[in-house]
Amino acid sequence: MLSMSDYAVEAFDIVRTFSGGDVRALDGVSLQVPTGQVFGLLGPNGSGKTTMVRILATILSPTSGSATVAGFDVVKQPNQVRRHIGLAGQNATVDENLTGFENLRMIGLLNHLNKAYVVAKSRLLLDDFGLGDAANRITKTYSGGMRRRLDLAAALVANPPILFLDEPTTGLDPQSRQDLWAIIERLVEGGTTVLLTTQYLDEADRLAKQLVVLDHGKIIAEGTSAQLKAQMGTTVLTLSFASTDDASRVHPLIADLSLKPANVEGTVIEMTVDNGPAVTADALRRIDAAGISLSGLALREPSLDDVFLNLTGHKAEEPTAEDVTPTDRRTKRRANA
Amino acid sequence: MSSLPVSTSTHSSLRWAVSDVLTIARRNLMSLVRIPVAIVFMIIQPIMFVILFRYVFGGVIQIPTTSYVNYLIPGILVQTMIFGSVGTAIGLAEDLQKGLIERFRALPMARLAVLAGRTISDMFRNVIVLVIITGVGFLVGFRPQGGFVAYIQASLLMLLFAYCLSWGFAFIGLAAPNSEAAQAITFPIIFPLTFASSIFVLVSTMPSWLRPFAINQPISQTATAVRGLMLGEAHGQSTWISLAWAVGTILVLAPLAVNRYRKVA
Repeated sequence: MLSMSDYAVEAFDIVRTFSGGDVRALDGVSLQVPTGQVFGLLGPNGSGKTTMVRILATILSPTSGSATVAGFDVVKQPNQVRRHIGLAGQNATVDENLTGFENLRMIGLLNHLNKAYVVAKSRLLLDDFGLGDAANRITKTYSGGMRRRLDLAAALVANPPILFLDEPTTGLDPQSRQDLWAIIERLVEGGTTVLLTTQYLDEADRLAKQLVVLDHGKIIAEGTSAQLKAQMGTTVLTLSFASTDDASRVHPLIADLSLKPANVEGTVIEMTVDNGPAVTADALRRIDAAGISLSGLALREPSLDDVFLNLTGHKAEEPTAEDVTPTDRRTKRRANA
Repeated sequence: MSSLPVSTSTHSSLRWAVSDVLTIARRNLMSLVRIPVAIVFMIIQPIMFVILFRYVFGGVIQIPTTSYVNYLIPGILVQTMIFGSVGTAIGLAEDLQKGLIERFRALPMARLAVLAGRTISDMFRNVIVLVIITGVGFLVGFRPQGGFVAYIQASLLMLLFAYCLSWGFAFIGLAAPNSEAAQAITFPIIFPLTFASSIFVLVSTMPSWLRPFAINQPISQTATAVRGLMLGEAHGQSTWISLAWAVGTILVLAPLAVNRYRKVA
């Protein structure tokens, strides 16, 4: 029997450099993923999320530091690790020239599973993921959502107790994202541990019980999503105006009320404030005195977006659906640092 | 997990390695079934070479011992096999680019299987092409006199030579940033080796500075051996030299390719 500790994945001070040390993709990352839940690795492109997953999946070796997955050392016992993990994500894909069924069968056989079992399991997964009708179609003809579901199914053929999902919904339409989220939730209910990387804050918020936020290869925050929001201890005040002109005229009048530099985007001003109602009243008086009228006002609890902005000083990057090859990814730096 | 029908304890790891190689090779060959036009692309070029040299240039090329078509076809076959082995570079570069290798590397499969499966399926593809181009050769007047056994020996020799070479192309495929680049890198290697050789013309007609290279380079030696066997002509030590090159190539380049596969990420 498999004896699994409380942590399905443990990593200690992982460092990974590229290009002879010039690029530090990971700069001392430690994390502990509790067994049986979704653990979120949140960060923008180039923050080191994918590098971390690839090290844990034994694809890449760390420059220094150590990690265990299912109790096995990723460097010294890679084959044992590989027997306990499934990997799906934008960089680990299926074969376009094979049918959905053939893809799953291939992965099952490469996991050294019994043939009859692989065939039965593949059919089951295809039906389960709504791919039963497309099972004998070449995957080249699959939609983006179908491909991701097949990707995930391929990672599940061997019933791995630990699943690495590297940006599983990047580039998907809203319905496909919802479908995939539901599948992931079902897996976790069944006892699977999921390490999920994402740059979608709503995805982390919805799925992950615990989160770490990565930026430039370092963990800059960790905790539950509620803890991260509470850490802010502040409220976000959003004021919108009829024109960008109005917004830029108001900005200097109320800038001192914001705890951090107020953010002007087009006709909208966003401020981080500690005492919502009082500050709002104050801001409204000043705007009124200047003879400018508001077109909208909102006061809300901080979202993970705000948390991210607060922690890093920049917004989480808009995700792109572009294909990023492992080689590109290796050297890819954040475009708007 | 213990309920899963994994039976690693009762089977040797060698058995699984063989199973992995076959699974990968079968997967590669499926793409031939799915895109049969790929075979057409592989035979168009050699057929054009046959027509070009048999009917366009052939009239001015004199071979003292035999007809030009008898001289030409064994050479074309060798060239075609070598061009076929370039496919290994392109196939692996594509798998790498698309992320399949990423997935394979996270599986508990034999490390060698992706490369061995690829080179073996490429050799199988070469067998199909070899049969077709041999048929084309007979159609345009190729009449070898060396006998059936020698013909099979010659065919096996060039298949083996191309197979060993494909391990070198495996390295290139894994080192190249994408499949287009892989193809571009192989061209300047393949071009001088196939044209500054005994494939199309007698090396004795080449300028004296080129001759030593053209006579001794491995592809010339292979072409000379294959031609000698097929036509029943003396060919000195060419068969052994060709075999030595093949074995040497795989001994040096296969470890390089495997090492590259480990590091590629």
